[in-house]
Amino acid sequence: MFDNFFIIIGRHIISFFYFLGGLSNLAFKTISLSFVPPYRKDRIFEQAKKAGLDSLPLVSLIGLFIGFIFALQTAYFMQRIGSELYIASLVALSIVRELGPVITALVVAGRVGASITAELGSMQVTEQIDALETFATNPVKYLVVPRFIALSLMLPILTLYADAIGILGSYLICVFRLGISSSIYLRVTSEALFHKDLFNGLFKTIFFGMIIALVSCYEGFNVKGGAEGVGQATTRSVVFSFIMIIIADCIFTALFYFIFP
Amino acid sequence: MIEISGVVKNLNGNLVLRGVDLKIDKGSTCVIIGRSGCGKSVLLKHIVGILKPDKGKIVIDGKDIALLKEKELNNVRMKIGLVFQGGALFDSMTVGENVGFGLIEHGHISEEEILDRVEESLNMVGLAGIANLMPLDLSGGMKKRVALARALCIKPEIILYDEPTTGVDPITADSINELIKSLHDKLKVTSIVVTHDMRSAYRIGDNLAMLYQGKIISQGSPEEIQKTQDPIVHQFINGLAHGPITEAVRLL
Repeated sequence: MFDNFFIIIGRHIISFFYFLGGLSNLAFKTISLSFVPPYRKDRIFEQAKKAGLDSLPLVSLIGLFIGFIFALQTAYFMQRIGSELYIASLVALSIVRELGPVITALVVAGRVGASITAELGSMQVTEQIDALETFATNPVKYLVVPRFIALSLMLPILTLYADAIGILGSYLICVFRLGISSSIYLRVTSEALFHKDLFNGLFKTIFFGMIIALVSCYEGFNVKGGAEGVGQATTRSVVFSFIMIIIADCIFTALFYFIFP
Repeated sequence: MIEISGVVKNLNGNLVLRGVDLKIDKGSTCVIIGRSGCGKSVLLKHIVGILKPDKGKIVIDGKDIALLKEKELNNVRMKIGLVFQGGALFDSMTVGENVGFGLIEHGHISEEEILDRVEESLNMVGLAGIANLMPLDLSGGMKKRVALARALCIKPEIILYDEPTTGVDPITADSINELIKSLHDKLKVTSIVVTHDMRSAYRIGDNLAMLYQGKIISQGSPEEIQKTQDPIVHQFINGLAHGPITEAVRLL
């Protein structure tokens, strides 16, 4: 029984390092091929539209509700200590520094990352990726590079949008439900936010975008089997993206806290 | 001339090719026969450089393709058209974009010329006027023909066919055989066809080679193969349920 236990643990450790090695290799190839012409702007725009513009409705909905929820949860405690005014600053800081970037990245990983893995996975299963190679077209350059660039550019923009929508949600609750004056709310919010808070929140999303693109493409390229394999790879892609985004977020938060306090 | 010597390939712990030796003359049609899963498609992928051999050499027109740098390999690849078993058409593109893909990516020619070449290639496979359809709108047989048109569009010197008649009805299969033969006669290309359809093999091949347990065990003209005394080849070409091939599987 213990033998089996160690075999299973061992297999998981090996497959984890295999995944990490494969992902690093793909990251290296993608970054180096990003600087090699031809630069296919049309493909980057197409992917930017899919990742950015098409995600706006979902990001709006989730951003607005996060704003509502966070304002109400903060109000619960702030009212007890008679500091309702600080709801605005607390919500703004939390959304801009943490909630906006992470929630947007998770939404994009679930919506866009999953679709990239499913698309590339079915291309792999139906030999379309091999077909690209037979036409002397590097699959990493053709499929991964545009997605990598598009996601790294679109995630900060989407996050900025989600931050604004989240703050709007909180504004609506505070002004129309809790009776805080609109001008005071806006003043407290703008006083609470510094440039570095915005930079802190947005900078890390470039890396979140890279993580989503690389993990989803890697899983898509490594699909084995048919439809079932595509399903498993899609699940793995979302799970690994979530885990890596949270780990990267923790590292960036610690870095910013200790280096730029 | 294509010269394959001593090619060995291990895929995920499974020794698929165990020393394949095969010579294919320029302008000839070689049919590689063998059971499903015996490594025929893997061998084709080696010829086009998608897979690299663990051991051995694949020499095309004097160049060992495993040793070529990416740019040189890409030059060789643009002389080879591979027709995949399921077509492998890009399903996000129209038939026309699929057929013209090689030219759009690397042709450095005008859009009008590309459109002409696309229509010419579709015409060759008897599918003129369908450039605006999507692959989803096509039947299995049409997909195979479009895949062939896509391979033809780059004007290759070598065409590789992976199971061209599998999964289509007998009439479509025969028309695909006819098409392969007429294209070969017309364009004088070197063709390598991988199949387990013996009717197709006899019809199109100048030379037949049987792949069994990772090696070419027999090679010859269709007549020579039909008259073979080798019990393994005899069992395979006659489609017999009992014989040395099935016996070997049972013992495993």
